[in-house]
Amino acid sequence: MLDKKQIILIKGTREGLSLFIDESASFHDVIKELKDKIMASKPKENEPIVSVKVKLGNRLLNEEQEIALRNIISVDNRFEITAIESDLISREDALKWREESEIKAINRIVRSGQILEVEGDLLLVGDVNPGGKVVSTGNIYIMGNLYGIAHAGVMGDREAFITASYMKPTQLRIADYISRAPDYESDGVYMECGIIDEEQDKIIIDSLKVLSRKRKEISGFERRINNG
Amino acid sequence: MGEAIVITSGKGGVGKTTTSANIGTALALMEKKVCLIDTDIGLRNLDVIMGLENRIIYDIVDVIEGRCKLKQALIKDKRFDYLSLLPAAQTSDKTAVTTSGMKEIVAELKQEYDYIIIDCPAGIEQGFQNAVSGADRAIVVTTPEKSSVRDADRIVGLLEKEDMSESPRLIINRIRNHMMKNGDMIDIEDIVQLLSIDLIGVVIDDDEVIKASNKGEPIAMNPNSKASIAYRNIARRILGETVPLQSLEDEKGVFQRFKKFFGMRA
Repeated sequence: MLDKKQIILIKGTREGLSLFIDESASFHDVIKELKDKIMASKPKENEPIVSVKVKLGNRLLNEEQEIALRNIISVDNRFEITAIESDLISREDALKWREESEIKAINRIVRSGQILEVEGDLLLVGDVNPGGKVVSTGNIYIMGNLYGIAHAGVMGDREAFITASYMKPTQLRIADYISRAPDYESDGVYMECGIIDEEQDKIIIDSLKVLSRKRKEISGFERRINNG
Repeated sequence: MGEAIVITSGKGGVGKTTTSANIGTALALMEKKVCLIDTDIGLRNLDVIMGLENRIIYDIVDVIEGRCKLKQALIKDKRFDYLSLLPAAQTSDKTAVTTSGMKEIVAELKQEYDYIIIDCPAGIEQGFQNAVSGADRAIVVTTPEKSSVRDADRIVGLLEKEDMSESPRLIINRIRNHMMKNGDMIDIEDIVQLLSIDLIGVVIDDDEVIKASNKGEPIAMNPNSKASIAYRNIARRILGETVPLQSLEDEKGVFQRFKKFFGMRA
């Protein structure tokens, strides 16, 4: 019993516990050993809640297994799971990631009353006329005139931005921010970008060179990898 | 086998009916066989502008509901060799007209006529769908006003979804020379750039047009008016001729640059 290799290794860090689960063991064994370990080392009623990070290595859990794992660790215990990390991702997730991070190149005119929606970044070769709308979950690049509405980072990505060869938009929207054109007649701008400025807490329109400073990871895929 | 052209605009009051009447007249003067169809059920006007109001016996709804033959409903305009009008109904239920009914009528007319000009009602509801369904190509009418250009843009978007042989053409109507010179009206160039469809003609705002419409004699019949020449030129362009845009002013050169739109056209 003693010489058997340990399936689960618990390490204490400043942020809480790290639980390393051996990737070669069967899930059945993992559950069995986990139960024992948790029982033995569970904090008492009056102790503070301990946060736990589960590290799976080259193991991928399905939904059922994840629920089972979460139940053992956090139900009826003073443990709290902060993250379950795996070195792998499922094919499905990978495809979704790719979908979200691809640049969709589209060649058309978005006219009044039309809405063009894409997942990931949008590269539109053509105009967005007044009353037209383009929406993407990532950035929006328009090679043409933007007169209508552009909404970047529609799922809440505040890092997203909007660029256009010429912009005189009715509205720019990024994540949950909205800015609109002034009420007075104004000229549009050439080769500029719309971006959220954290200090002013609003969308600003600035020259393209600020992008290289403020948005280093312009590709959606890099953003995704780095931010999870 | 004829060709069906729908005249549409989205916005009301920009001159669809006047344009339909005049293009039809101009084509008829060039010895083409033309049939005009008024699809604005409940608010028919085309018969008034053509001066044929008194002669209506049956209308398009009667044809669709089988109360008469298509030939019986057509009013022949005796001023021309071959110009007929299929009037809209004034009182009948407008839901009677359907896209399939419209397609049948247009298909039948195409057997006999060279050009079927369909006058579309304002709006983008069923009436628009009906008018557009039978057409082979479309002409969008706009005025140099923001609201009218917006609606034209919407209409072009809807027309692009239809199954037509070529992309819509543009007529800019009611141009006022002095306002455009002062920059109080949107430039022709700007309108064409925004809508990005081919320009087929510009028509100036001419008092004579209203006078002629009230008399029931489309302006295109009068060979001396500028608007008339514009409509006749549009008709020639429909026939495939290359006609340069006429200058809107008496001095030459100022509107020369618009010619380039026609140079660019394939």
